[in-house]
Amino acid sequence: MSVPRAPGATGGWRAWLLDDSPGSRAQASAGRAYRLGTALLRNPLAVVGALIVLGLVLTAAFAPWIAPESPIGQDLSNRLLAPSAAHWMGTDELGRDIFSRVVHGARITLTIVALVAIISAPLGLVIGAVSGYFGGWTDRVLMGLTDMFLSLPKLILALAFVAALGPGIENAIIAIAITAWPPYARIARAETLTFRSAEFISAMRLLGASHTRIIARHVLPLCTSSLIVRATLDMAGIILTAAGLGFLGLGAQPPLPEWGAMISRGRAFILDQWWVATMPGIAIIVVSLGFCLLGDGLRDVLDPKHDDA
Amino acid sequence: MTMRDPGSDSALLRVEDLRVSFPGASRAAARIEVVRGLSFTLGRERLGIVGESGSGKSMTGRAILRLIRAPGRVTAARLQFDGVDLPGLPERGMRALRGARLSMIMQDPKFSLHPIMRVGRQIDESLTLHESLSRRERKSKVRAMLEAVRIDDPDRVAKLYPHEISGGMGQRVMIAMMLIAQPDLLIADEPTSALDVSVQASVLQLIDDLVTERGMGLILISHDLSLVARFCDRILVMNRGQVVEACDAARLHHAVHPYTRGLLAAVPRLHETRSTLPVLDRDERSST
Repeated sequence: MSVPRAPGATGGWRAWLLDDSPGSRAQASAGRAYRLGTALLRNPLAVVGALIVLGLVLTAAFAPWIAPESPIGQDLSNRLLAPSAAHWMGTDELGRDIFSRVVHGARITLTIVALVAIISAPLGLVIGAVSGYFGGWTDRVLMGLTDMFLSLPKLILALAFVAALGPGIENAIIAIAITAWPPYARIARAETLTFRSAEFISAMRLLGASHTRIIARHVLPLCTSSLIVRATLDMAGIILTAAGLGFLGLGAQPPLPEWGAMISRGRAFILDQWWVATMPGIAIIVVSLGFCLLGDGLRDVLDPKHDDA
Repeated sequence: MTMRDPGSDSALLRVEDLRVSFPGASRAAARIEVVRGLSFTLGRERLGIVGESGSGKSMTGRAILRLIRAPGRVTAARLQFDGVDLPGLPERGMRALRGARLSMIMQDPKFSLHPIMRVGRQIDESLTLHESLSRRERKSKVRAMLEAVRIDDPDRVAKLYPHEISGGMGQRVMIAMMLIAQPDLLIADEPTSALDVSVQASVLQLIDDLVTERGMGLILISHDLSLVARFCDRILVMNRGQVVEACDAARLHHAVHPYTRGLLAAVPRLHETRSTLPVLDRDERSST
């Protein structure tokens, strides 16, 4: 049934979005986005996750305006103050406002998460697609490598890489990216296997396309959708690994307000001044929970097999 | 049988003793040959290959284009395209031939078009690969090609995705994609089996026009005897990977081989007088 479209009527745009027979591709994709959005909104946990992630992004974007004080400005006369109206999360051993540091730490966390995802997802995608497409020895060698990386605990491996590369936030990002690609490679390989012998790939080969071109332009675009969901789910793990490296002193170096490093510094005072270690810890928990919830929600919405609406 | 031998100079494709085999069920089992010693020559003409399912028709087409993946294996005493020895050609040289001079229309447009790529861009791929033209030139060529395959609104259709077009349209897009580089030899692997009869006729007409206009060689692979008899100059009848009969299309009804006779007899007639439709005697043909 076609819904009469009255532009002025209430819900006119909604009818336009939910039209069963959209008139243009723009309308169809807008309608699909709207349906996905409403499906996501029906899941309260996913909404909580989305809000947390949105909060993280906004905090990171406006950190200098949100934070009442500088994250590195020391004030030794006000060391280790308990949480109060002046210092919402208290102060640390150098008199720095913990709230300001946590807020600025959001920037570092977001940078790490984004860069790791940008490096490791395409890396895994290419390795998996190449492996699945060629099969045979290429597949055996590349998947053997993937299995080797998967067999080691992520944090230990990242630790080894940072130890080799030297501590610092850039090296931490590289190390985490190196350890994060194997699951993506596996997904991309599985996806590639399903259509490597498909007729349309043969069609491209008999048009004279090279293997590189087929992989880059015809195989990779088909793998990306499942990878994006997986990457969202993995972000919590990335945050935890980054915090772990920071805690061990191999991630961001002082005075950078990285959450893991802050916990590490606060550990010395944990019995008497609990807030120094606890506040950044809460930030880590909340943010990784947010990514987990959002990832789960996205997976439920985007997975067509899970459609029980 | 009477088989015209096109002068050795004009032969576009020469195939001698082509064999395609796949490994057996177990390592110890012998390889299964799906094409067994096929030989033919093709000039700039229309050659039909007919046979029932599994007789090795499509494998022949794919073997010529070297599209058979391991563990399949292709051997031939001679496989020459326009004087070029195909098995000896490196992969790069093969890529330069594929699409540009040799191309193949695949069976079902539902599977042979990339699902998430716009139709226009897919046709464009062949031009990007083989010719260096500006974006505008390519666009106008794609447009002209879509018009040549009788698509009414080429600009609109070029922007559609394969799931948005009908089967007949998809097959025409496939044809456009394979013909845009103007190949010398076209292998059409059951180009109309996914289409209904009316669209079938127009698609065949289209291929025929292109063959006569451009002087292209055509190998039409089909299981439809009467269609091939109407459309082609010469016919090869295949059974179990071997050619059992080669004849001029017009003389198909005078064919002598028992398998061909069996196939012909199994075609139902419009005013059927037989009470039971004869089927092929499978024991008899195994002796061939």
